[in-house]
Amino acid sequence: MMRELEYPFDSKLIIRKKIKMLRMLKSDGLLRVKKNVAILGGSTTNDIKLCLELFLLNYGIEPIFYESDYNQYYQEALFPTKELVDFKPDCIYIFTTNRNITRYPSLTDSLESVEYLLNSEYEKYKTIWGSLSKTFKCPIIQNNFEKIHYRLLGNRDGYDKHGKTHFINCLNQKFAEYAQTHDDFYICDVDYISADFGLSYWHDMEYWYMYKYALSLEAIPVLSFNVANIIKSVFGKNKKGFVLDLDNTLWGGVVGDDGVDNIEIGLEEPIGQAFLEFQEYIKEHKNLGVVLNIDSKNDYENAVAGLNHPDGILKPNDFIIIKANWEQKDKNFIEISNLLSLLPESLVFIDDNPAERLIINEQIPGVCAPELGSVQDYIRVIDHAGYFESTIISSDDINRNQMYRENVEREQIKLKFNNYSDYLLNLNMKATIGPFEPSLMARISQLSNKSNQFNLTTRRYTQNEIEKISLNSQYIDICGRLEDRFGDNGLTSVVIGHQIGEDVNIDLWIMSCRVLKRCLEFAMMNEFVTICNRRKVKKINGFYYPTKKNSMVRDFYYLHGFKKVYEDIDGNTKWELITKDYEYKETPIIVNQQGE
Amino acid sequence: MTKDEVFNKLNEIFRDVFDDESIIVNDSTTAKDIEGWDSLMHITLISEIEDCFNIRFAMKDVTNMKNVGDMANIILETI
Repeated sequence: MMRELEYPFDSKLIIRKKIKMLRMLKSDGLLRVKKNVAILGGSTTNDIKLCLELFLLNYGIEPIFYESDYNQYYQEALFPTKELVDFKPDCIYIFTTNRNITRYPSLTDSLESVEYLLNSEYEKYKTIWGSLSKTFKCPIIQNNFEKIHYRLLGNRDGYDKHGKTHFINCLNQKFAEYAQTHDDFYICDVDYISADFGLSYWHDMEYWYMYKYALSLEAIPVLSFNVANIIKSVFGKNKKGFVLDLDNTLWGGVVGDDGVDNIEIGLEEPIGQAFLEFQEYIKEHKNLGVVLNIDSKNDYENAVAGLNHPDGILKPNDFIIIKANWEQKDKNFIEISNLLSLLPESLVFIDDNPAERLIINEQIPGVCAPELGSVQDYIRVIDHAGYFESTIISSDDINRNQMYRENVEREQIKLKFNNYSDYLLNLNMKATIGPFEPSLMARISQLSNKSNQFNLTTRRYTQNEIEKISLNSQYIDICGRLEDRFGDNGLTSVVIGHQIGEDVNIDLWIMSCRVLKRCLEFAMMNEFVTICNRRKVKKINGFYYPTKKNSMVRDFYYLHGFKKVYEDIDGNTKWELITKDYEYKETPIIVNQQGE
Repeated sequence: MTKDEVFNKLNEIFRDVFDDESIIVNDSTTAKDIEGWDSLMHITLISEIEDCFNIRFAMKDVTNMKNVGDMANIILETI
């Protein structure tokens, strides 16, 4: 992780030192997932690409770029060059700006012709998107339009149907409606980020006249960062939760010293109000599936008393894990991530104290611990960092906090049983295993992009690819949902097999770490082999490709009775199972099959 | 500011922008002499120089600059 590329970053520094930064990132020895990113531009995109490369590398994605010729976005979308077709983009970014708007209404135009202009401008883009998604079946990111640098009608420009400002607003509205009804299509909200940046600074006329830059040099890192956030979210690299401090982070003052009655929270005074709004902002994240936890140097009783302050909005039961003690914060942080079965770097550390942030940064590499500033800045700093950019919202996201809570309760119950199998039986587990259903596509794709640990091949799939697989009879696709006495864990395991004659190759086998050691993988294998038998498959081939994160499944196929037939020097292994030799495993799970 | 001081600052900028600590520019240095100095990097370079000396080149100056010497002269005239 390069600090200089985390929000709040210094745009000028990035512009000046981008070549050096690029060299350093490329030589840091980290393994990154490779993605082909095509940029179709309506003006100069070179620096946008360079900055995008920096931010993506920092997110663990190594982009390989295709750049359209200058201002050829329309032609190349409708008639892709051979180079673009061969490039096979994983993602396409259409960089257009208000400079690409063909014609604005003039004051003398009738309302009908204004409407006509609007529709023909919109149709141009609709044709592009339709053509690209048909040809490439990959995520598309489209800029909406920033406002132009003058208003002929002054304030009226925003509401008169002949106003350019109004025209742009209408186009943006149409883009939004398209995004609402099309999967794998994302708007890069340039209208918002240019306003946030300051429109007068966003536009730099000289750079437009001289170099055909549709935005100022200083705005380019801001734009590229915003695009990088969308891309990393689509490819499953969002953060998953917060680990929060209490004193002077969620309220003003120190509860242990000042007493509950004297901490600053609530509408009574300005500082209390700032903390209250921050608490509200944090609480809203629960609906996105972001898990909330506490890591505070406090006596536990004081911490809970502070959270129970009548004017506060965050209550103890909003948090999955509350670590309030006098241990070092990094130790608590690691325990929290272990209890949640999440990687430490998927949690964001929020603490007003620079010394604590430093400890976390030094002890746990890869964890974001943003420099918060003062309480009035907290929301902006956290929000603009884009940790939880929500490209896909699945119903599981909304229930995720509940699921993590149930998991922690299960951990506590476990302590009451003498042996683990008694515990598992006591959980009354029920699994539903069946083929991919239309309503599950978003979640399946999300899981394929997020799972790192229980993942045999670390293949990533877009929603579009998942849908294609579910319709192709060459593929065996099953997914599993696990319920128990504490609740529904949701969709937690996905398997994709690929039949070639009498062989099946297992392309993907993943499971969420929420349901580790619950025997779900054995129930899934039973089901998978049953389907293979039905399809007269003689041999099943399994593959394990080691990464930094998936060593827990190195012996997966061995445990399921496969024989190792190949291993290379990197530890990649290939395994075989003769279908008829498979021994069905008994599991403590009642399985409800949903026919092939 | 003397011409030497201008060149010292220019060296710093060139080294950062082209990620090469060995660069030393002089009056006759042109884009051909420095690896990576293409029309796009020229934009970054101009913007860095403008920020550093707190000036803004006129559009015609940017178009007419033939070498680093021209650049330095314009800077000295403007500041």
